[in-house]
Amino acid sequence: MKPPPENRRTARRLRARMRLVPGLAAVGALALISSACGADSDPFESGGGETGTVVIGSQQYYSNTLIAEVYAQVLEDAGLTVQRDFEIGQREVYAAELENGNIDVFPEYAGSLLQYFDPESQARTAEEIRDGLEQALPEGLAALRESEATDQNAMVVTAEFAQEHGLTSIGDLADLDDLVVGSTPEFETRPYGPEGLREVYGVEVQLQTIDDSGGPLTVKALEDGDIDVAANIFTASPAIAAEDLVVLEDPESLVPPENVVPIVSEALDADARAALEEVSAALTQEELLELNTRSVDEQAAPEVIAGEWVEEQGLVG
Amino acid sequence: MDWVFENRAHIASLTLAHLGLSLPAILLAFVLSLPVAIAANRVRPLREVIVSGTGLLYAVPSLPLFIVLPVLLGTGVRDRANVIVALVLFGMALMVRSAADAFDSVPAEARLSATAQGYSRWGRFWAVDLPLAAGPLLAGLRVVSVSTISLVTVSAVLGVQSLGSLFTDGFQRGIVPSIVSGVVITALLALVLDLLLSALGRFAMPWLRTGERSPR
Amino acid sequence: MSYPAEALDLLLDPAVWGGADGLGARTLEHLGYSLLAVGLSAAIALPLGFAVGHFGRGRNVVVASSGVVRALPTLGLLTLVALFTGLGLLAPMVALVVLAVPSVLAGAYAGIESVDPRTVDAARAQGMSRWQVLTTVQIPLGLPLIVGGIRLATLQVVGTAILAAYVGAGGLGAPLFLGLRTYDYPLLLAASAVVILLALVLDLAFEIAQRLLRRLPGLR
Repeated sequence: MKPPPENRRTARRLRARMRLVPGLAAVGALALISSACGADSDPFESGGGETGTVVIGSQQYYSNTLIAEVYAQVLEDAGLTVQRDFEIGQREVYAAELENGNIDVFPEYAGSLLQYFDPESQARTAEEIRDGLEQALPEGLAALRESEATDQNAMVVTAEFAQEHGLTSIGDLADLDDLVVGSTPEFETRPYGPEGLREVYGVEVQLQTIDDSGGPLTVKALEDGDIDVAANIFTASPAIAAEDLVVLEDPESLVPPENVVPIVSEALDADARAALEEVSAALTQEELLELNTRSVDEQAAPEVIAGEWVEEQGLVG
Repeated sequence: MDWVFENRAHIASLTLAHLGLSLPAILLAFVLSLPVAIAANRVRPLREVIVSGTGLLYAVPSLPLFIVLPVLLGTGVRDRANVIVALVLFGMALMVRSAADAFDSVPAEARLSATAQGYSRWGRFWAVDLPLAAGPLLAGLRVVSVSTISLVTVSAVLGVQSLGSLFTDGFQRGIVPSIVSGVVITALLALVLDLLLSALGRFAMPWLRTGERSPR
Repeated sequence: MSYPAEALDLLLDPAVWGGADGLGARTLEHLGYSLLAVGLSAAIALPLGFAVGHFGRGRNVVVASSGVVRALPTLGLLTLVALFTGLGLLAPMVALVVLAVPSVLAGAYAGIESVDPRTVDAARAQGMSRWQVLTTVQIPLGLPLIVGGIRLATLQVVGTAILAAYVGAGGLGAPLFLGLRTYDYPLLLAASAVVILLALVLDLAFEIAQRLLRRLPGLR
């Protein structure tokens, strides 16, 4: 089993090497083509700069993306060119891009947005928050008319658990020991997090992190008893009705009202603003819940659900 | 399957975005690893340090690297460049060792005889080292390509669009077909690219055609 | 103060390490998850890899299927399994074991195959059974590569185990995701540094083990 003489093998390979070059070139071309395609479909890099194009952002949360898609279709109907920059992460990421003008329109939640720009704010009611926002929003940004619909973190328990312990309001939890609250990791640092619960309602909790925005895993954890209270199921979540869950009342407004509000660049023209405010007027609590329910039940793409809804509401055409 | 069919346009655009992140990263990781590997082999005392050092990049968890890089690079968090740079680093973690071993496997006699025939260092690299090391180099590249295509999905947690977005969205809305199609398409992409690379190897390196035996 | 300096401050603060969800407890959890995942994958992949290496059959099937398994994205598996199993360790374990198996498997059959066939023939000629050949000749001689496979798997698992926190399990992913979601760079850097250190320490332990193995009588 002796290998062929080294020089013969080498010679064979030397001839073969000539064929390596076109191969490498093919790989290179493939990579170039794909990165070019990627650049086309990639909304991030060209962002904001072009005139006449409105960039709409959305959070990495299906309901927010759905609202952003509604905004997009309405603005397109108003004759604007829209660029969708959806599924961006948390506010900490995109706030900077709103401020520097990379993003022109964003569906936001009033309470948390105010707390982001003004952590000291004591605003509790929807009106106080509206006023607070006008003060706190950085230059170049404006809050349009908010919708009646809110979508906020709520303290949610199963109907069974509520009955067993006679719970109607968050304060009732104070009598229970070893409470496990399920929520996102950042709940720990939010004003309505464990510290807020202790200070405002005297409720001691332990946090179990679940990173699915109150999705199926959270609901399953509630039903399995892995957690007692879910703090990441939002008030506009279809799960509340579908899974027989109870939203505990919040008489002290620990969680500020999170009305859906379009945040726009000052540069956005009057027609576009009017179109977005029409959306706000149409977006009642029931309608938002309906949109979310369709998104979770029918599992259709946002553009389909949003398209049907703007049609039904007479917001386009 | 209905879900996949109805969302085919979305899935297709995510697939393109996925390729747009992974292919440049794979190519760059390969190309950049070669000089590092050669340098490592030239400077013998440092070889183990360089090879193990880049290998340890693999110990860096991907998610934080995706976030920390923009601070170092001065780019935006969701800039695709960050993701590509991070992927290149992970690819090099695998590729530098493969490449160093591949060039080491080139028989010293072959290089000596090439030098004796009057090849310059540069000429010898193209004429002798590269073709003789091509088999194991390709094997290394194939590992890098599979792992990169799979790794891209993690960046979805940051809000960079790729097939991984099908996981984060499917997870929130409880859409099993979304996650399954993401897993299947990612795996398919990896396999197709692997087959392409393997075919490329057969075409460009006919001496490997008789089997997958790589020179040891 | 710069982020790295702040992160270092965090790491030097004893209060950060103590408590039920302090870094100390998280590090132990992380180590526990990683070792469990590598242990489980070794239990699956070593026997399979030994069999393939020993009998020399089914290699193509195993290589091809581990190629497919390698291509499966961990985040996808994790979220998919979690939708069915809910909170807890099951989903991360499935994802991590799937991640680790191909590396352990490749090390196992490559290790057995690396043994000189003449040595194996000689052992057979002395009347050893197949089992004896495997356990007394092939496994001990192939040990450096076998351990190398487990080493690579460990490195992959320690880095990836942070994803466990995405479905509510603990480990170093917990402080990491908190840092990620709130863009708390010092916390993020500190948690990442601990993950990296953990990986380095484990890798170093393997390096020492592999060196000791090479020094054993009868091994290279």
